[in-house]
Amino acid sequence: MRVPLSWLAEYVDLAPGTTPEDVHAALVKVGFEEEDIHTSDVSGPLVVGEVLEFTPEEQSNGKTIRWCQVRVAPAGAKAADGGEDVRGIVCGASNFEVGDKVVVSLPGAVLPGGFEIAARKTYGHVSDGMMASFKELGLGDDHSGIIRLGTLGIDPEVGTDAKALLGLDDSAVEINVTPDRGYAFSIRGVAREYAHSTGATFRDPAQHLPETGGAHLIAEFSSEYPVSIDNTQLIRERVPVNVFITRVVRGIDATKPTPQWMTSRLRLAGIRPISLAVDITNYVMLELGQPIHGYDLDTLRGGLGVRRATAGEKLTTLDGVERTLNAEDLLITDDRGPIGLAGVMGGAETELSTSTVNVLVEAANFDPVSVARTARRHKLPSEASKRFERGVDPEVAEVAAGRVVQLLVDLAGGTADTVGGMFAEAAGAARETIALPAHFVGELIGYDYTAEQVRSALAEIGCVVAESADGSALEVTPPSWRPDLTDKWTLAEEVARIFGFDVIPTVLPVAPPGRGYTTAQRVRRRVSDSLAAAGLTETLSYPFLDEATNNLFGSPSGESVAQVRLSNALDASQGWMRTSLLPGLLQTAARNRSRGLTSPAIFELGRVFRPVAGVTYGHAMFPGAVRPSDAQLDEVAAGLPPQPRHLAVVLAGDAVLKQPGTPAHEFDYTHALDALRTIELAAGVTLEVRQATHTNFHPGRCAEIVLTASSALDKSSGSSATDSDLELVVGYVGEIHPSVAESFNLPRRVAALELDLDAVCAAAGQPVVAQPVGTMPAATQDVSLVVDASVPAQALRASILAGAGDLLEDARLVDVYAGDGVPAGQRSLTFALRFRADDRTLTQAEATEAKQAGVEAAAAAFGATIRE
Amino acid sequence: MSVEITESSVASALAAALEAIAQATDSSSLKAARSSFLGENSPLAALNASLKDVPNDQKASAGKLVGQARAEANQAYAQAEERIVVAEQNAKLDAERVDITAAPSHFRAGGRHPLMLLQEEFCDAFVGMGWEIAEGPELESEWYNFDALNFDEDHPARAMQDTFFVEPVDAHLVLRTHTSPVQLRAMLERELPIYVLAPGRVYRTDELDATHTPVFTQIEGLAIDKGLTMAHLRGTLEHAARLMFGDDARIRLRPNYFPFTEPSAELDVWHPTFVGGARWIEWGGCGMVNANVLRSAGIDPEVYTGFAFGMGVERTLMFRNQVQDMHDMVEGDIRFSQQFGMVV
Repeated sequence: MRVPLSWLAEYVDLAPGTTPEDVHAALVKVGFEEEDIHTSDVSGPLVVGEVLEFTPEEQSNGKTIRWCQVRVAPAGAKAADGGEDVRGIVCGASNFEVGDKVVVSLPGAVLPGGFEIAARKTYGHVSDGMMASFKELGLGDDHSGIIRLGTLGIDPEVGTDAKALLGLDDSAVEINVTPDRGYAFSIRGVAREYAHSTGATFRDPAQHLPETGGAHLIAEFSSEYPVSIDNTQLIRERVPVNVFITRVVRGIDATKPTPQWMTSRLRLAGIRPISLAVDITNYVMLELGQPIHGYDLDTLRGGLGVRRATAGEKLTTLDGVERTLNAEDLLITDDRGPIGLAGVMGGAETELSTSTVNVLVEAANFDPVSVARTARRHKLPSEASKRFERGVDPEVAEVAAGRVVQLLVDLAGGTADTVGGMFAEAAGAARETIALPAHFVGELIGYDYTAEQVRSALAEIGCVVAESADGSALEVTPPSWRPDLTDKWTLAEEVARIFGFDVIPTVLPVAPPGRGYTTAQRVRRRVSDSLAAAGLTETLSYPFLDEATNNLFGSPSGESVAQVRLSNALDASQGWMRTSLLPGLLQTAARNRSRGLTSPAIFELGRVFRPVAGVTYGHAMFPGAVRPSDAQLDEVAAGLPPQPRHLAVVLAGDAVLKQPGTPAHEFDYTHALDALRTIELAAGVTLEVRQATHTNFHPGRCAEIVLTASSALDKSSGSSATDSDLELVVGYVGEIHPSVAESFNLPRRVAALELDLDAVCAAAGQPVVAQPVGTMPAATQDVSLVVDASVPAQALRASILAGAGDLLEDARLVDVYAGDGVPAGQRSLTFALRFRADDRTLTQAEATEAKQAGVEAAAAAFGATIRE
Repeated sequence: MSVEITESSVASALAAALEAIAQATDSSSLKAARSSFLGENSPLAALNASLKDVPNDQKASAGKLVGQARAEANQAYAQAEERIVVAEQNAKLDAERVDITAAPSHFRAGGRHPLMLLQEEFCDAFVGMGWEIAEGPELESEWYNFDALNFDEDHPARAMQDTFFVEPVDAHLVLRTHTSPVQLRAMLERELPIYVLAPGRVYRTDELDATHTPVFTQIEGLAIDKGLTMAHLRGTLEHAARLMFGDDARIRLRPNYFPFTEPSAELDVWHPTFVGGARWIEWGGCGMVNANVLRSAGIDPEVYTGFAFGMGVERTLMFRNQVQDMHDMVEGDIRFSQQFGMVV
């Protein structure tokens, strides 16, 4: 809402020298955020001048200019710029005569666009100022000639300040009006709020409110222009029309110019002046908050009707768009059918124009829900719908209609007709009395308001306040313009607002002892911190992807998976919610490389969206303000697709950069495995790897990540599994398939991992069971075993550990060899073995015996033989 | 072969030995000096061997003479040995000298994203006061996101939220537009009283520019208890402001409108060291929990009251840490996170 200060001052006292900033500050205090300040861009001397004489002079370029003598100050007086009273001015326009009063910008003036006026030589003369057009002053598009004040119906003294005359000294504050305060979409409402904030006197422009009380009042419409209102089809139990008033004005001159004070205010308020009659309807809407529709009476056919549309009916609105109507749309009709979308926009066929002679004025109050739905359905937010959606004072319609009639008579030369009429139905719930218990406001706000303070604050905003019979509560009737005041909480807010929030003390509440972070919350942070400490950088990406990219890592097969799709994505090609973090990380890695950061080692922790194929998600709606049944809550829970938090790592470029004495060393799968070990350590779970295939990982350099813990399965699947050897595949680690890496503009070798961190967290948090630390001396031996090349080293190692028994403390792979001395298709793996007993120093013979047992187990499992 | 033991013969043998030891510059020349002047075939050894031929009455003085000379030579040798070992060690260390500023490194600098760090910092402060951290899904039910929070389906406030809807629209699933649905989840799932924070990602259909992003982060706070007032809300927010910006921070509440609170307020924070000088900056929204919201969770608003507040983490980062452009937060440029490291 943009509020011209001159207009505001009509209804509330502004202290002398009040600046737009002061007005903003006052309105912010009562809940209207400041948005902007609008001022004219004209400064310096701008005065009324009189053309004394001029000489047309044809120029070599074919153009004729006028060399004018213009009086800019009374004879003998100094002009506003301190110069002579008569000036020579070169003017290119030819729409004026000797004796015309014009607007002269004198040297020192600055016009919109930073155009500085100075005496300068042009067409052989020194032009000592400029006669201005409307456009040059930022007063519209009219550049057909200079301003002749006579055409505006005014004849001011020469030398008068023209800025004030044209409203160029006015300015407007723009404020943000919250959706509960429809009444503040009017000068009336803002003036009232300004009075609340400053204590200044408010003069209500709608002070002659009709006494409708609450009774149904149906005045007859004149038979000449009958109005039939069909209030039978309700939406959410609301009648479509609360008030409908028509008035008629005949014989207007619609071609008369709109007075400068009105166009100036409209323009400052952000409304483009169009023509006198239309400007008047807009002016009254801004002043009182009541949308007004004016019809060219001579284009109407028969009486008016108000009814719901029939699905499929058509209407061409003022903006020239033909609209297909919905059965919920509320229409204004005449004998031909629809002529307007009630409360939203009028029709093209009956609109006011400069040839309009007779006007039918409509001031109505329509159901907010009906208007909101129609405006949304037709994507047609208008000045009218904006006000109706938020609630218009039902009792201002009559005043507003009268004000329009008065202005059409005063400014357009019309005559008010007696035809017209009024339909009014009680506004309903907003006028019900609210019981406000005596101490309620103080107990909610935490400040001890006196009873008198509460009463006066409520009275100030327009409530009628009475005491209940037993004195324990106030009985408060909100004013007609405040449909948002519906219960004692809304009244408490008003009291707090009027007194200002600054009086409320500050008290830090004491929460009961908390349980700290959950295990999952601690694990997530520890994992992120550990990866950062291990040299990885955390990045965040948008979860929006295209469908094909989103399939790449949605499943190990890379085939198409179920996806969540947005219905209104910003970029329709990126309308699918990520099933994996890897595409986003690969894109981020590529962006870093494109910026010369050649070796990104990055990770992301975030949710992925993994609907299960074949499941229909969603739920039926149910109302708020009532606790849903457990069944309804269960339906909502089941209606949401799984969206677990994943963790992913991407490593591209060099793990070690080239530097003195050290060659560059490229990232590969081993670094991804190291990252996995970091995660495992930070999470405190066991994450094993198992050679596996994933279509979009390197076929020979990929492993499943296997979470081994019975508790994980207990928690995540609810199964009754108790065996500790149960396993859950929680992700993949290795190298991205080179062709996929290249498709992301990355080098062929990109190491990566992704895992389901929620599953990992579910297994975490178990206390560690400590093992005794043996202090007896260790015995070490090496063993080299020859096995088929397909036998995984880890499996071979496990068989040795199992076979050798408790004495074997550790077996570490130290060498892998294939070649001379080892049969083709086989390889030799050398393990360094460390033996220890709890209670004695082992002999070499004992160690050898244990090693032999391990070798035998490896032989039994994999046909392993010792390589001598 | 016997050598005559005289003062001069002993002195000259000693002088030769000392001279050779003094001349030694490294362990090999010292070893050679020892062999020649202290060893079996050295003059001092020969003098010592000749003691047996000295007449008995002179034996004592001759023995003393030779013994003193040998002791002096051995002492000189020990000192030389120490000198040379140290010198050689020093020479070796000197040869190992490096330019420490040209050292090769296997260290890689990592870093957390400051949006995550800032959320953690905020949460730490409240967990320290006994609050807990509540969570909820990002793909959320329309009921939790709107209806339960007192957004009427036809009220303009619902349209203000610029919501991402999921197909099909009649499934009533949305990307949550704020962290407030977690309020409802907390109230439905937890025992009263409730003191929780809910940090997380939220979504609105804003195009990315210097100050907007369709995916951003909020921190929501919710307290439900008997007797909570707006004074408790102010106290909590003042405490939060001081923890996040320093002890000089001040807060201001301005009336505003949110469907889920009544009264509702805009929260401004003031600090003397803000960029652009001491000034008020809009930080978040807050208010007393609307009675209809409590009713949505089955909590009696005549018995319990509550307050709620919410801040944008991106916005906080912008004016707390002087981040100029939203693009830096969303593009994943590693230089952005690395300048924070592990501290925001």
